[in-house]
Amino acid sequence: MRLGLQLIGFFAFAVLMLVIVPVVINALGRNEYYYTLTLISLLAVASAGVWITFYIGRINIGQAAYALIGGYTSAILVTAYGWPFWWTIPVAGFVSAAISMLIGFPILRLRGVYFAMVTLVSTEVARLTALALPITNGAKGMVNLPLPGPIALGPLALVPDFATMANPRPAFYLLAVSIMLLAFAGVWRLVHSRLGRLFVALQQNEELAASTGINIAGLRVVAYAISSFLGGIAGAVFSAVSQSVYPSSFTTQDSINFMLNCFLGGLGYVFGPIVGTFVLRFGWDLLFQTAQWQLLIYSGVLILLMLVLPNGILSLLGIRPTKPGTR
Amino acid sequence: MEQVIVNGLYLGAQYALIALGLTLIFALMNVLNFAHGQMYVLGGFVTYTVYGQWHLPFVVALIASSVTLAILGALIEKFLFRPVIRRSKREESTMLLAAAIAFLFDAIILLVFGEKGHGVPKILNGVLNTGAIIVPYDRILVFGLAVVFIAGFMAFMQFSKTGRAMRALAQDRQAAQLMGVNVDRYSMIGFALGALLAGLVGGLLVSITGVSSGIGGAISTKAFMMVMIGGAGVVAGAIAGGFILGMLEAVGLTVLHSYGDITYLVIFATLMVFLAIRPNGLMGKPWG
Repeated sequence: MRLGLQLIGFFAFAVLMLVIVPVVINALGRNEYYYTLTLISLLAVASAGVWITFYIGRINIGQAAYALIGGYTSAILVTAYGWPFWWTIPVAGFVSAAISMLIGFPILRLRGVYFAMVTLVSTEVARLTALALPITNGAKGMVNLPLPGPIALGPLALVPDFATMANPRPAFYLLAVSIMLLAFAGVWRLVHSRLGRLFVALQQNEELAASTGINIAGLRVVAYAISSFLGGIAGAVFSAVSQSVYPSSFTTQDSINFMLNCFLGGLGYVFGPIVGTFVLRFGWDLLFQTAQWQLLIYSGVLILLMLVLPNGILSLLGIRPTKPGTR
Repeated sequence: MEQVIVNGLYLGAQYALIALGLTLIFALMNVLNFAHGQMYVLGGFVTYTVYGQWHLPFVVALIASSVTLAILGALIEKFLFRPVIRRSKREESTMLLAAAIAFLFDAIILLVFGEKGHGVPKILNGVLNTGAIIVPYDRILVFGLAVVFIAGFMAFMQFSKTGRAMRALAQDRQAAQLMGVNVDRYSMIGFALGALLAGLVGGLLVSITGVSSGIGGAISTKAFMMVMIGGAGVVAGAIAGGFILGMLEAVGLTVLHSYGDITYLVIFATLMVFLAIRPNGLMGKPWG
């Protein structure tokens, strides 16, 4: 029953995002909302990655590094090697995941704030590396990236060439929302799988988990790799949407924002990062009208939310936190 | 080379003072204070206002910076951190609260002082030139003051009753409480003292580097690194970390200059390797 309700909710959300929202935006004629929502969807995907590291009990302030790696991987493959953009999305994810496994193996031994601080440093390392390497073009960044080409299955064009569209924004919106839906369906499935239960064991007590024969070192790396994979994908699509990627495309600030998204949505809920990202990002954009008071009001509301709702916005709905074995 | 060492020592002294406040707050409350850099900037702006705008003596300005930040720190501990720590089940929440407070400080500083960088008149004129090294007198004075403050802080922690209580709290919160230490009271004093140190060094450095609203985040990151190098929550570690980072910066900026702007990349990457080998830093206890 619970599973049924969740599925219905998920499909309702999918229909809302893929059908109703575009209809409403077209009716209003406010094309810029497409861009905002595209961005929010991608940030939610990266936040989902951070959520997974929270789920194994680690604080990850390094997601911006993997988004940056994904963005540059896609941009370099498209411009220097002439790859079609579509192939670079999974490749960017796997490159980010591979790098995270290399780094993760030693640093995942750290806990709590120690791990947090190292991941924070890794964000800076990624930014400074992008500045220093010749292939990433330094501070000038990589600009004028081509729009995604068509996807054709024989004579049948599944996705038209983005460059031939009068306005590629709705297409990017549908792409980003589809990726977000896929990512969260994947995370939901993961959390309710055997692997997900093992992750909970890591969150609750690593020593106890190890004593029952669970390979905790390996599982931590797997979780971190999945997390970074999502970051890399989000970064790759972001580079195509903005047609550029700079060392400052994803900074420490973004890493912190990803964490805030998870936290304010609710760390106990798979869909918390979506809610958190939508509320925070829309809130931030709405506050744009308050001009110089924007940051003051935003941060004030953040602090208030933490004081009033320490378990996240979703706890308001009275849903029990996502736990394994509830289906 | 002598010049590089002198620069390193000078940087190290001010870094150590920044790291001390951060490590104190961490040791007492297990809170990673993301707003530490913003507190530093706020201290700088208080000194700028009192010394640069109102033309009161520099010492008065330093005291004003310290007192303002100490009061602010005490209020933040009492009304923000304490309730969140009490109600939240996960330690992440305090870190995110600190991040939100950092945003808030950034916003306030930006609103009140604007985006421009601000400087103040020099506190001392003239330059010490011995042939091998060239150091402006005001830097020597700032270095001397920083060393005096560090020594004073250590003496305070070592010999005063308050210091003893805080060390007990850092060692074992529960045991300290059972021995009759007023945990709430000393957490508040500790947080205030940590904020005071941030404000003090902020005020001290206005006289040399000036102050601008956007640098808080970078200062926080540097302070985290120093604390990591030395071992989180250990006073001697913070001082060691500060001097080591200062030296690395001074040497790196000289040696790596010809390879472009990669000093920080090398330092950060080295730090990650170092921490992978030695997760607790030089002197840290396992897992804090």
